[in-house]
Amino acid sequence: MTYVPLTPLDLGLAALLLLLTGGLSLAFRLGLERTILISAVRMCVQLGVVALVLKLVFESGSMLATAAFALMMLLATAYEVVSRQERRFQGPVSHLMGGAAPFMAGLVASIFAVSAIIGAEPWWSPRYLLPILGMIVGNALAGVTLVLDTITSAASRERAAIEGRLALGATRMDALQDVLRRGLKTGLTPILSAMAVAGLVSLPGMMTGQILAGADPVDAMTYQVMIMFLIAGATGIAVVLAGLVAVALLTDDRHRLRLDRLAPVKPNKQQS
Amino acid sequence: MLRVETLRIAPLPSLTFEVAGGECLAVEGVSGSGKTRLLRAIADLDPVAGLIFLDGAERGEVPAPHWRGLVRYVAAEPGWWSDTPRATFAPDRVDTGKLERQLANVGLTPLHLDRDIALLSTGERSRLAFVRALQGEPNVLLLDEPTASLDPASTALVEEQIRFQLFAGRTVLLATHDAGLAQRLAHTRLMLPKPRETAIAAEAGTR
Repeated sequence: MTYVPLTPLDLGLAALLLLLTGGLSLAFRLGLERTILISAVRMCVQLGVVALVLKLVFESGSMLATAAFALMMLLATAYEVVSRQERRFQGPVSHLMGGAAPFMAGLVASIFAVSAIIGAEPWWSPRYLLPILGMIVGNALAGVTLVLDTITSAASRERAAIEGRLALGATRMDALQDVLRRGLKTGLTPILSAMAVAGLVSLPGMMTGQILAGADPVDAMTYQVMIMFLIAGATGIAVVLAGLVAVALLTDDRHRLRLDRLAPVKPNKQQS
Repeated sequence: MLRVETLRIAPLPSLTFEVAGGECLAVEGVSGSGKTRLLRAIADLDPVAGLIFLDGAERGEVPAPHWRGLVRYVAAEPGWWSDTPRATFAPDRVDTGKLERQLANVGLTPLHLDRDIALLSTGERSRLAFVRALQGEPNVLLLDEPTASLDPASTALVEEQIRFQLFAGRTVLLATHDAGLAQRLAHTRLMLPKPRETAIAAEAGTR
């Protein structure tokens, strides 16, 4: 088996299918043509830039360039977590927590993977570290988003129950334990179901990529399994971190529920 | 003895008053005048500037959960966090015989503890929350509209139980729209002004 590079012509052929979707949008008057076009162009530009930057980073092999790329991931993570939130915390703490929880967990897991499991030299070798970091942080990010969303909306909805417990003398952890537990469960669901159905419905992306690039399916599988374990572990850490910080932020040292620390819901974003 | 000093609940002028053990203060005023906010502030459920003393100890000197064990707020719309009321009663700390008596006093039976919350009437829920608040023997009861959802018979039962709490030496603060209830129970009545009115009229009246 060999790796078959794609030419621009090949991509053009694949884009015909996208044109088909655009045609359907026209035929059914979905009004999505513009969105389809913009999304497709955005994807090409984003991936193109990332590929070129990665190429530069790999060739330079510099630690500084690797760190800079990782920093960019951190910023994108923070932005992404916050923008997906319906009820978010006021002020910079929202971005801080949204970025730090998935990124820190992802960083620990991927450094562990690159140095201890893969055994690459040096431990920050960008060729291994950056793609693994991206995959893990991307999944942890989805988990953290769900945790924060579940906890903030449940705490707002169940204010009477939480304050009822506080009024009876419960500590903030006791009063919010149900909300926290539900949040953590929700945050861990996607990775658990991903593990449960892996390979049944579709081959995971990384395994598909390795197989297309000519790797032996069994080798590709072992890498995929390692990544899944890493993602599950990192998501667990990130989800617990974000959940505990969210509970701490929603309450204060006098064990009061502080929903006033959540930014008001934008009326146009409530139901879409 | 509950003493409130220079409590700032915007837009009300700062409040200073005291209520002795065995006495009842009725907090009256139209909706939105701050009755609930006042009771919540005393239970330390909202950050509010000012000093609140219970038998000489300021609320900030006492850990918040302990403070709320002594100064018990009962919301107008009680919160429930399990399918049946029983689990919200902290079973290990409850004396069942006493609990049964307390339930019977407000016209309920232990069976109500195991009904589905959603199947209980508003009045039953309100009375259950009242009994729940008595557990742990708090020194101060902050009752927010305790009889608003009750029929006359249940109102009389709850009123009698509030009186019983006063005889037992507890301090009761009562936020209510029901002038009759306030008149029958309260030793002192605090009338909060309409929002945007500046003057505050504290009418001291005895039964």
